[in-house]
Amino acid sequence: MKLRTFTRKQLGIPYALFLVLFVILPLSVVLYYAFTNEQGQFTMENFFAFFTNTKAVGTLFYSIMIAFVTTLSCLALAYPTAYILAKGMFSHGAVLVMVAVTPMWINFTLRITALKEILNVIEGNLAYYPFLNTVIGMTYDFLPFMILPLYTSILKMDSQLLEAAEDLGASGWEIFWKVMLPLSMPGIVSGVTMVFLPAMTNYVVLDMMYNSTYIMGSLIGSYFNFYDWNNGSMISTILLLMIVLLSWISGRFGDSGSREGGASL
Amino acid sequence: MKKKVGQGIWLFLILMFLYLPILFLAVYSFTESTMIGAIRGFSLQNYVTLFTTQELIDMIAGTFILALAVSILSVVLGTMGAIGAFYSHPRFRSGLEFANQIPVVNADIVTGFSMCVLLIIFLGIDKDTYIPLVAGQTALCTPFVYLSVMPRLKQMDPYIYEAALDLGCTPFQALRKVVLRELVPGMLSGFMTAVTLSLDDYFITTYTKPAVFDTISTYVVNATKGAQTSIKTALWALSTLIFAIVVIVVVVMNLRSGRKGEGGLVREEV
Repeated sequence: MKLRTFTRKQLGIPYALFLVLFVILPLSVVLYYAFTNEQGQFTMENFFAFFTNTKAVGTLFYSIMIAFVTTLSCLALAYPTAYILAKGMFSHGAVLVMVAVTPMWINFTLRITALKEILNVIEGNLAYYPFLNTVIGMTYDFLPFMILPLYTSILKMDSQLLEAAEDLGASGWEIFWKVMLPLSMPGIVSGVTMVFLPAMTNYVVLDMMYNSTYIMGSLIGSYFNFYDWNNGSMISTILLLMIVLLSWISGRFGDSGSREGGASL
Repeated sequence: MKKKVGQGIWLFLILMFLYLPILFLAVYSFTESTMIGAIRGFSLQNYVTLFTTQELIDMIAGTFILALAVSILSVVLGTMGAIGAFYSHPRFRSGLEFANQIPVVNADIVTGFSMCVLLIIFLGIDKDTYIPLVAGQTALCTPFVYLSVMPRLKQMDPYIYEAALDLGCTPFQALRKVVLRELVPGMLSGFMTAVTLSLDDYFITTYTKPAVFDTISTYVVNATKGAQTSIKTALWALSTLIFAIVVIVVVVMNLRSGRKGEGGLVREEV
């Protein structure tokens, strides 16, 4: 009799409970802490405190700057690479795996250690160029995450459209700007969302490249060390808001196909 | 021809950027040097240190055991979740997919911090039980398993399950022998993604781990802040070994699958 009551639907229940318990509930608790004080009363104080604290706001801008420059440099390096692998002369799976997959399997702290040793030799002292080194480190770390979605979306692109544009008299630059770029937009959007946010919060790279912690993630970390859950939660909430904003923007421009493209690769 | 040379040079430079640091480290790991720059004679001392220092052995073993446990848990949960959601009411499914998407797009540090705030501070669970750590990493990994199993369910012929029932299978047998078999590639690639995520994770681990436990990530980050030189160079040996293993695994997988990207070694995009 018991088997009769078994339905496939029921299999979803454990995971649904898991998501509620370990995804929804933690974030709810963070929101709760963000808008209460130590006595547990509702307050907006933490919110205002963040935006009136010059160090906190400075850190926010510095993180955004690092994330912005990192995303741009990843895009600049990844786009030609993805194009060459998808449509160019080297469309070979093994090269793709070497460029985009193998690095992900090596622990990022070990890879950053390696990069740091090299930069130390080149520059003499890492402290001379903290911003540059951080961007190099993050580009090194996140480049594969930009290449993969770009590769998928360029691969799906119809080559005949590019040829048609050429036949109709478009210059090389016009073909790129008016045909290729719009067609690869979903890939660009998902690549950017995969790089921007981690680059904003990954203080470990910054920490290892240059012993400073001047980035959003470390701000959470610092409040964490002082047992100040309320302010740590407020910064998490601000990051969450940025994530929601980013997802909304990427939903508008990236929409269909990009997620499936990644999953089927 | 000119085009091909240009593209070849570009790819070569990208590969150099990605691999030169690791290769340098690999060469120096076989020497007595403690700094990159001056080679000082062949030595296997780093590898001896790596395999005889208890602290390092514990850390490496702990990392891999954790990754394996978390990945298995994630595959079980994620596959069940995907099957359940696929056959459920659309409203349940879209709710689940929304929640599933949160850890994928969320910053790892927020996931880790929120997990710590809930489990350790709010509920008072002891970190030393490993529950927060395993729960945190599983929350990060399972959504990716779900995302790689779901496309297989969509592609599957819906009638084979019905056929199995008509041929006398119980629903559970049909699920195990027919549906699950179709999902194996998706489960495998989800498993691989889960392993890479767990091995690479720093933020969730650092907020939820027991004080005495270290993974490679947390250990290396602490070691860069003034550890002994012998430990530092032993970590070069570790990088070299991991690099070698990864290359071998990738080559084998590539040869076996033959098809582009089917190895499933890819972290799915958002």
